[in-house]
Amino acid sequence: MPTVKEILNTMDYGPAPEATGEVMKWLKGRNFGHFINGAFTTPTSSFAVGNPATAEVLAEVGQGTVADVTAAVAAARAALPAWSKLPGHERAKWLYAIARSVQKRERFLSVLETLDNGKPIRETRDIDVPLVARHFYHHAGWAEMLADEFPGAQAVGVCGQIIPWNFPLLMLAWKIAPALAAGNTVVLKPAEYTPLTALAFAEICAEIGLPKGVVNIVTGDGDTGAAMVNAEVDKIAFTGSTDVGRIIRKATAGTGKKLTLELGGKSPFIVFADADIDAAVEGVVDAIWFNQGQVCCAGSRILVEEGIADALTAKLKARLATFRVGDPLDKSTDMGAIVHPVQLKRIRELVAQGQAEGAVLHQAECQMPAKGSFFAPGFFTNVAPANTVAEVEIFGPIATLTTFRTLDEAVELANNTRYGLAASIWSENVNLCLDVASKVKAGVVWVNSTNIFDAGAGFGGYRESGFGREGGREGMWEYLTLPEPKTKPEADPTPLNTAPVIQAPSKGEAPIDRTPKLYIGGAQKRPDSGYSYAVMGKSGLSGLAGLGSRKDVRNAVEAAHKASGWGKATAHNRAQVLYYIGENLSARAAEFAATLRETGASDAAAKAEVELSVRRCFYYAAQADKFDGAVHATKSAHVTLAMPEPFGVMGIVCPNTAPLLGFVSLVLPAIAMGNRVVALASQNQPLAVTDLYQVFDTSDLPGGVVNILTGPRDDMAKTLADHDDVAALWYAGSAEGARLMEIASAGNLKVTWGLPPRDWASAAGQGREYLRRATQVKNIWVPYGE
Amino acid sequence: MSSDPQALPNVPRNPGVPLQTEWFDAVAVNTSAAERRAATLVTRRTVKKEWQAAWLVNAIRCIDLTTLAGDDTDNRVARLCAKARQPLADHIMAGLGLDDLHTGAVCVYPTMVPAAVRALQGTGIPVASVATGFPAGLMPLHLRLAEIRWAVDQGADEIDIVISRAHVLTQNWQALYDETAQMREACGAAHMKAILATGELRTLRNVYKASMVAMQAGADFIKTSTGKEGVNATLPVSLVMARALRDYGQLTGYKIGFKPAGGMKTAKDAISWQILMKEELGNDWLQPDLFRLGASSMLGDIERQLEHHVTGRYAASSRHALA
Repeated sequence: MPTVKEILNTMDYGPAPEATGEVMKWLKGRNFGHFINGAFTTPTSSFAVGNPATAEVLAEVGQGTVADVTAAVAAARAALPAWSKLPGHERAKWLYAIARSVQKRERFLSVLETLDNGKPIRETRDIDVPLVARHFYHHAGWAEMLADEFPGAQAVGVCGQIIPWNFPLLMLAWKIAPALAAGNTVVLKPAEYTPLTALAFAEICAEIGLPKGVVNIVTGDGDTGAAMVNAEVDKIAFTGSTDVGRIIRKATAGTGKKLTLELGGKSPFIVFADADIDAAVEGVVDAIWFNQGQVCCAGSRILVEEGIADALTAKLKARLATFRVGDPLDKSTDMGAIVHPVQLKRIRELVAQGQAEGAVLHQAECQMPAKGSFFAPGFFTNVAPANTVAEVEIFGPIATLTTFRTLDEAVELANNTRYGLAASIWSENVNLCLDVASKVKAGVVWVNSTNIFDAGAGFGGYRESGFGREGGREGMWEYLTLPEPKTKPEADPTPLNTAPVIQAPSKGEAPIDRTPKLYIGGAQKRPDSGYSYAVMGKSGLSGLAGLGSRKDVRNAVEAAHKASGWGKATAHNRAQVLYYIGENLSARAAEFAATLRETGASDAAAKAEVELSVRRCFYYAAQADKFDGAVHATKSAHVTLAMPEPFGVMGIVCPNTAPLLGFVSLVLPAIAMGNRVVALASQNQPLAVTDLYQVFDTSDLPGGVVNILTGPRDDMAKTLADHDDVAALWYAGSAEGARLMEIASAGNLKVTWGLPPRDWASAAGQGREYLRRATQVKNIWVPYGE
Repeated sequence: MSSDPQALPNVPRNPGVPLQTEWFDAVAVNTSAAERRAATLVTRRTVKKEWQAAWLVNAIRCIDLTTLAGDDTDNRVARLCAKARQPLADHIMAGLGLDDLHTGAVCVYPTMVPAAVRALQGTGIPVASVATGFPAGLMPLHLRLAEIRWAVDQGADEIDIVISRAHVLTQNWQALYDETAQMREACGAAHMKAILATGELRTLRNVYKASMVAMQAGADFIKTSTGKEGVNATLPVSLVMARALRDYGQLTGYKIGFKPAGGMKTAKDAISWQILMKEELGNDWLQPDLFRLGASSMLGDIERQLEHHVTGRYAASSRHALA
């Protein structure tokens, strides 16, 4: 050890290792089984879990089999009735006990996490573990208030939860806390590389005496995860890669399993010329050089206004010079080890590819430890959106730096990605910040900050970053269901007949022929097929309707995209249009009732359906400016806005029965929230809907906001589900149709909602649930202080 | 001058530059980001064992041991100087393997300068005097300049001037520049530390701008506070000043010193500010020619910590010489 005199000459920091004695004692010789039904099993086959900083083995952990998963699910199923029926206060006490126990073990958990994952002790000590405790406290609160805050809602059931290796214990908390608060029981599979804190958590559950079967932990690899997805669970919650998310989407399609996916990202980090550049540099540190860059919401694409690009680049390089990479247990380490040699290899390959494609790498020249999986932080310049490293999630400590000239270009570059998890915006101009915040497609937006988390705010993505939110009220909804409405079977679509239907010769005056076309972009368009099909009513042929096809779907989606002004209109404006639709519908009530009578409805039923449709117009007009967001109580001196935003372009597949009311019940909430819609009308009885064309035309509804196609409903639904530029899809039809739609939706991971057939005139045909499903929540963090 | 001036021996002195408001007019300082950086800086780095001891010793080398009280007397100042010459008890010095250690300077009111000069004769420890109507600075300019000259005449090696806060609050940079430049001229060979009284400037942008004007006017050091404001040295303010002097260095090539003052009482504070210096500016700013800690009670806490380091036993301040 150098002397004080010698150190006075160098002024080095010197080593400051966190002690590992207690944790190593706990790990010594351990061969962990699974935690099932309140007890650890005896492992049959195991794999070694290593410390990525030293490549030493820490413990052996059981490889979960199908039988293990089945047993765990059975335990969770058995525990479910009692747990879900506990009064909220009782569950709150258990969650409170977990939170307290996490705090009592804070250093143990921090050290264990650092050993297992390789992230620096500063992060586990100051970020991961405190957030874990906070998450359980917060959700103890939701348990306490559940009946008041979510009236009528009930637990989903047994939840299978699969979490990644980048924030092992924190992701466990994000999954388990809301699930238990809502009355679910869980089977959780930690990541293969990092299962140890989950096992320590299992011991905490055992220590506090949590009822058996409420929390089950099964360790293992992807096969174990697959077994979980296929098990008899009521919900799958997955955080991980988009590729695996897509597989899970397909595997759970049509099973009725509720699904939330928190997937990858390539989040923009936008620096405007009037930003505090030094602050932005530290933002980059907290964004991409945090947790070795293994952060799904990392600001990995730095977009910088041209005028300050050189200054930012120079300051980033200077900042890298003081960056410390090394022993994660050292309290002065900024960056620890990459989680596993496999991940290190992937990072190296992608970085090499970036260089091969001409990007210039600027990397910290730090002394790297001789062994273990380490990678020096850095960033690429001379990189364009067309380069691989600008598009693919590296999941390592390397950002790309690209310039922009104008705000519009910044937004365009920011949104030029398949992902939509997070965004970070740097400018001293609050007008600009909020303008950009409103325009980026991301579930979380940080203004002049990055990677700030709190249990009280929702977290989750747009687009292929997944769906569902974790944290806050919106996160609780992911673990609750409302009672399923009574299903009311409906007629299957009848075969389409494009041939002439011979009628008896007319004895009176010649009628003027009236044939509705398709309604696209606010105008009637001939179907691309050039065919019409016969709509049969109670007294024979009611009329002809256009036979829509793939290309009409394509055209309708394009028209819907062009109507982008609708989402920016004020809620009051949208409400006015909806009221106006109601007014015009009411004025033509008799005509619509006649059309409905022709479908076979009784006079009273037809009148009632029209009247109810008018009422729905009023209801959703009323909601348009009232279904709004929240300001979450998170950190001091932060405004955290939760804004429900429209998806953009939605596909809506309308029920075959109640042709008018079914259409109105689905399309109105969607457009009330600012979405544009491509609606597929009832296949058997589209004429009550095609009559709406003129109502829309006279109600100031901008063209393209509602597009209506008639024809082979489920074929067109498949095209909509496949369409990468449709963000959400509702399907009111058969279970089999819903399954196919869910499988097809995996392409761009669109949000889907399969609505079982119901009595559209009942309470189940209207409500806030429709509005919640028509929006996604964007959380915008705005720190303040002068 | 009675003692060998030690201030800034290795650094070419900042001659100042003409007022250039474009260097700071459009500066952006995001307060919450600065607070976040300041808060995490000291959780990202730590020093333990021998390193901790060395860093605390280094803090002593950089302390401007200060008394600025209305009841100061010659003897009180002499006692302070004795502590500045011998800041640690002999057994602690021996335990640390050190043979020579004194504080960075002694800082007193102008009328106490003669007493300090006498007490520090031959030690090489510079005497710093506050001046210019310290702490508020609301005296006619000619009197403030005369006060500087008087203190320099009495043997002060360094002058800690206070800027006119009003000029900052009214954004009258020309007035601030002219006045400060005249003070610099009045200092002559003595080095000038410009006290910004950041607690009264309110915004971090003002702090940055005032820092820049003071440096353009020729300040050798910029200093946070008099110790008499409601809020004195804080890490976020220090961070902004460090960035300002870094920017000035890049624009002119001159290294400017930094002195946080007021409110820092603990050994932990001493480490925190050194971490800030090392991370934002580098090792040069851990030397007394570019870094001073304006403090009085901090030394006592450092001595206690160092005694614990040497003996393994917790210390009592009654066993250490009073400053």
